[in-house]
Amino acid sequence: MSAILQVENLRKTYDGGFEALKGVSLDIQDGEILALLGPNGAGKTTLISNICGITRPSAGKVTVGGHDVQKDYRAARQMIGLVPQEIALEPFEAVLNTVRFSRGLFGKKPDEAYLEQVMRKLSLWDKKDTQVRALSGGMKRRVLIAKALSHEPRVLFLDEPTAGVDVELRKDMWNVVSALKADGVTIILTTHYIEEAEAIADRVGIINRGEMKMVEDKASLMQRMGQKQLEVLLTAPLQDVPNALAEYNLALSPDGSSLIYTYDTRSDRTGITRLLTDISAAGLVLNDVKTRESSLEEIFVGLVSEDRT
Amino acid sequence: MNLYGIWAIYHYEMSRFRRTITQSLVSPVISTSLYFVVFGAAIGSRIQEVEGVSYGAFIVPGLIMLSVMTQATSNASFAIYFPKFIGTTYELLSAPVSFLEIVIGYVGAAATKALIIGALIFATSHFFVDVTVAHPIAMVAFLVLTCFSFALLGFIIGIWARSFEQLQMVPLLIVTPLVFLGGSFYSITMLPPFWQGVSLLNPVVYLISGFRWSFLGAADIPVGLSLLAVAGFTCLCIGVIWWIFRTGWRFRD
Ligand SMILES: Nc1ncnc2c1ncn2[C@@H]1O[C@H](COP(=O)(O)OP(=O)(O)O)[C@@H](O)[C@H]1O
Ligand SMILES: [Mg+2]
Repeated sequence: MSAILQVENLRKTYDGGFEALKGVSLDIQDGEILALLGPNGAGKTTLISNICGITRPSAGKVTVGGHDVQKDYRAARQMIGLVPQEIALEPFEAVLNTVRFSRGLFGKKPDEAYLEQVMRKLSLWDKKDTQVRALSGGMKRRVLIAKALSHEPRVLFLDEPTAGVDVELRKDMWNVVSALKADGVTIILTTHYIEEAEAIADRVGIINRGEMKMVEDKASLMQRMGQKQLEVLLTAPLQDVPNALAEYNLALSPDGSSLIYTYDTRSDRTGITRLLTDISAAGLVLNDVKTRESSLEEIFVGLVSEDRT
Repeated sequence: MNLYGIWAIYHYEMSRFRRTITQSLVSPVISTSLYFVVFGAAIGSRIQEVEGVSYGAFIVPGLIMLSVMTQATSNASFAIYFPKFIGTTYELLSAPVSFLEIVIGYVGAAATKALIIGALIFATSHFFVDVTVAHPIAMVAFLVLTCFSFALLGFIIGIWARSFEQLQMVPLLIVTPLVFLGGSFYSITMLPPFWQGVSLLNPVVYLISGFRWSFLGAADIPVGLSLLAVAGFTCLCIGVIWWIFRTGWRFRD
């Protein structure tokens, strides 16, 4: 896989002097679903706005399919579809007309068959002649998606597509996203629901206060999440892990007062019983044992609260 | 050039016009008819002739200009302000269209609407007075140029405005007075010398005078000067729009 979107050291300082992005770098692979996770005000929308041309970057470089979003904006923007966070639609226009408008605006020649196909997939075709204002909130969001897909983009941005949406519609939205992925569309979605990132993303990026804290494969994240740590507190501190315990890959805490054992909760045998037997066989005296579980939530909260000083 | 993009904007704007066709056309026609009745019939019967023609025929060019200028301005300003107001500019900003293409789409549509209204008023005027056109080509040229230049002005106002009050303020406080004082209903030669001098500072005077020349073959200001004034005004608007484009002023953060 190759990167379809590259963000290098992107900075954005708003007019008031507030720096909303502090040098963000990010590569997005062709065909993946990336979830950008971050609390409100983290800079998710600002990042998307700078990539899509809604705002101008203060510094840094963004390319889409190798095209610079500023110097070669036509080629770059043609590849991108954007579903904004806020529902913004002309209320008095019929649904199909607004979708046609979007396709034309992006420089594509009319293709009614394609638009019909997109709208059918989004269960919007019945409503094609309905005025936008007569639609429910969820349907309006679908119209926004249809508009964003009207020009056959390679990359789709979904800014908080499921914020304030009921559970059923959220599941629907997830299905739409996986169908798009199957068509080869690269998807970047922002969310502050951790479960959402877990449910549909290939990779997860965590952003806070204008900085990318981490971007990682969901699989390896899940592996980390599937792991537990057992901390064994000893009565007397150690210099090194005893040789007799070498096979457990134990870590020693910095002050030497505890041994840390990492194990996979999903395997049949965790090895804990054997470890504890071997520890006493090595002549060490236990004072206490603790277990720690890492979840995406914990990783997230850890990264985000680090900043809150 | 993204021609599909320009067409999409133009077509979309014209479809808004079609949706509200009755309002869009009926109200300017009714109000102009009222002007004909009040000024042409009631007052005109007491005025013999102005610049060698009946008063009713004299005010036709001015009345067309009055409608065309206010319609072009308000249509264009609304057309770009409304997307800003409801938040749909995100789409314009993220699309592969240049600012120039956006301007052509919106200004072109607003100018077309104003042109249609102007033509309709011209047709209506035949019911009230005998209208003769001395220079048809010049007449169309003046009309088209005026539609475009005031649509450009409207576009600038729409970008500038941050509220509906502001959107209506400029046309109401600046454009309408300038148009009324621009000699729609009188020849500026009828004014005392001092006010004649003041009138010459009003750009609309040149437009109306030039337009009237194309009807009557005579005007209070040389037609070359009128042309120069329309061209100058159009260039000024284009210059301001160019600057907005460079800086993204009130459009792109
Ligand atoms: N137009 C703007 N002018 C000034 N500050 C802004 C503007 N837009 C966003 N911000 C600020 O930038 C920060 C990031 O905002 P945003 O990108 O919307 O965050 P998120 O989408 O992650 O919730 C926030 O602190 C917000 O107040
Ligand atoms: Mg946001």
